[in-house]
Amino acid sequence: MGIERPTLAAMRQSIVDGAPEAAAALAREGLRIGIAAIDAIQQGYVPGMHAVGEEFAQRRLFLPDMMAAAEAMRAAMEVLEPALLRMGAERPVAGVVLLGTVQGDIHEIGKTLVGTLLTAHGFRVHDLGVDVPVERFVAKVSELNPDIVGLSALLTTTMKQQRTVIEALAREGLRTKLRVLVGGAPATRRWAEEIGADGWGKDAVSAVTLAQSLMDSRPRVPFPKT
Amino acid sequence: MRPKLELLDRPLIERILDEAFRLIMRPGVRVAPQVHGLLADAGVGVEEGVARIPEGLARQALASAPREFFLYAREGRAVVRYGGDDVHYDPGSSCLNILDSETTQPRPAQASDLARLVQVAEMLPQFAAQATATVCNDVPEDIGDWYRLLVVLWYSAKPVVTGAFSGPGLKTMLDLLAEESGSREALRYKPRAVFDVCPSPPLNWSEFASANLTELAHAGIPAEIVSMPMAGATAPVTLAGAVVQHAAECISGIVIHQLAGPGAPVVWGGAPSIFDMRTGTTPLGSIESTMLNLACSQIGKFLGLPTHGYLVNTDGRSVDAQAGMESGLSAALGALAGINMISGAGMLDSVACHSVEKLVIDAEAIASAERLVQGIEPRGESLATAMFVKTGLRGDFLKLQETRLLFRSEQHFPSAVIERGGPATGSNAFARARQHAAELQAGYARPRLAGAREEAILTFARGRARQAGLDALPGIDRAAVERV
Repeated sequence: MGIERPTLAAMRQSIVDGAPEAAAALAREGLRIGIAAIDAIQQGYVPGMHAVGEEFAQRRLFLPDMMAAAEAMRAAMEVLEPALLRMGAERPVAGVVLLGTVQGDIHEIGKTLVGTLLTAHGFRVHDLGVDVPVERFVAKVSELNPDIVGLSALLTTTMKQQRTVIEALAREGLRTKLRVLVGGAPATRRWAEEIGADGWGKDAVSAVTLAQSLMDSRPRVPFPKT
Repeated sequence: MRPKLELLDRPLIERILDEAFRLIMRPGVRVAPQVHGLLADAGVGVEEGVARIPEGLARQALASAPREFFLYAREGRAVVRYGGDDVHYDPGSSCLNILDSETTQPRPAQASDLARLVQVAEMLPQFAAQATATVCNDVPEDIGDWYRLLVVLWYSAKPVVTGAFSGPGLKTMLDLLAEESGSREALRYKPRAVFDVCPSPPLNWSEFASANLTELAHAGIPAEIVSMPMAGATAPVTLAGAVVQHAAECISGIVIHQLAGPGAPVVWGGAPSIFDMRTGTTPLGSIESTMLNLACSQIGKFLGLPTHGYLVNTDGRSVDAQAGMESGLSAALGALAGINMISGAGMLDSVACHSVEKLVIDAEAIASAERLVQGIEPRGESLATAMFVKTGLRGDFLKLQETRLLFRSEQHFPSAVIERGGPATGSNAFARARQHAAELQAGYARPRLAGAREEAILTFARGRARQAGLDALPGIDRAAVERV
């Protein structure tokens, strides 16, 4: 069937406006009039996220606008995901990400921002929270087999834990199966290189771009099924 | 008249405090289990880790905190007065990186880099106190906090602004200071250091921070509460709202501190900033972050407490015009606000990197700020007419006795770092600062401790370092270490 262009445009606009109630209402309306959930996502809401990202890159939108857009995306997905499942489909997952703020550091905002934006861009994010011990990262990597591990640290005194986690992953033979991204105020590209990370995001938006490029470029080594 | 800058009027101060007192009651303040009993004994309800602190108790704690205290130089002279409108500066603290003087690129700081920073700061009178300015990347992490202090005490006789990274680290740092002072009692009598203690925004006194507050209060060593609301991220986006949160965090910290040690010295301090809505960073060089520091300090002064702020830093990554603009501006504004201790000089890249050259240039900004707050004073009965009687319309003021008598009081003379007329050198400020830093270091002589105490410090440090698997003491004179 033909898709109602104005409704898809409205879906896109609801993301740009950062309007979760409108995004959810449009999702319900779309399903009611026969728009497939996958079309609503890929032709309505995702273009909205792309538009917001582009505006952010052009310095016309700011982080609160991004957060609002991500919240609108989440609201729309809450409506659409059950419909996808009923159809036996899933939104294509851009990648699986394990996120956490390293041990000794309880700063949350940057890590949460990255998680929110990754989710809005189709990644499946497992957020371990803050003050996460090395062993927990290792255990969760073994359990979830993520594509990417994101390590956040705000303090110069705790950022060394990023190195500790990377070393622990290597010791357990897990390091080559995934990519490690580091972030947080004191982290730099040079620091990422020094500790053997695969990338450094200077901010939440660049972290998303980096994660997307890593997923595009990386031949993933599957975990052995034991 | 001493010029003064205040950003808040009395009604707004009262509104800020009113809301701060309400915040510590509702939603309350998250506190660590080890202070639940302390608070409960004072009648504070603690449920699910959240303390609801009544205004009456908070006001009692604010009243019992000292209005002023002093930090002492090694020889026992009081050199830093926390109180009133006295203004002092110290370098920024705990940087992971140092800007390499030759490559002008950041690299991980070593103990020898910290030693050099300390030596240069020791020679600059603009710094009344030292700071444990960098992390030493060539020592094991778990001794990182006290090792910085060792390097500072080894090369400096000035007071120190410092802080611990862990509970055991704090105890070792206090022991190290006691070795230098002779005993814990001597240290308490004439404290050589103030310890930064940081709540986690919003309104959270973690296990480590709570333990630091109580340990310092018991030891009678000054605690400096460094509240760090990030307006728009971990605090309300409005500057006034962030000042409210800062006040609530400081007040709740002072309650814990004063319950643990009534009358123990404590500082209303902070490193408040905005949250950059483009980059998600904390631009400490921004004018709004400076405004927050000034406003937060004004609340502390209104309460009659010693104050601290984080200024004289930049978000730029180079020692360039942006660094000079941001650091110089905040150095002057902080002085006008009468903040007792202003930390941050020497730092680049939103406190991620230290630079000896920037420290030297910042010292010039600080000297200018100090001249600024001296203000404009009448000197003698006549301001100008008496001099005109002598010189008439010839205008040869350069020959007047008054000129020779007064020009040193009227004018500040910067070092050769500041280009001001004279033959063109063709060098930029960074190059001149590098040259000046080398000259300062060449003229530096280590202030020696009496032999027994010096040996005691080294013996103490060697013992603790060996426990951490470190045989040498990086950054400390090898010959001195080998003598012990």
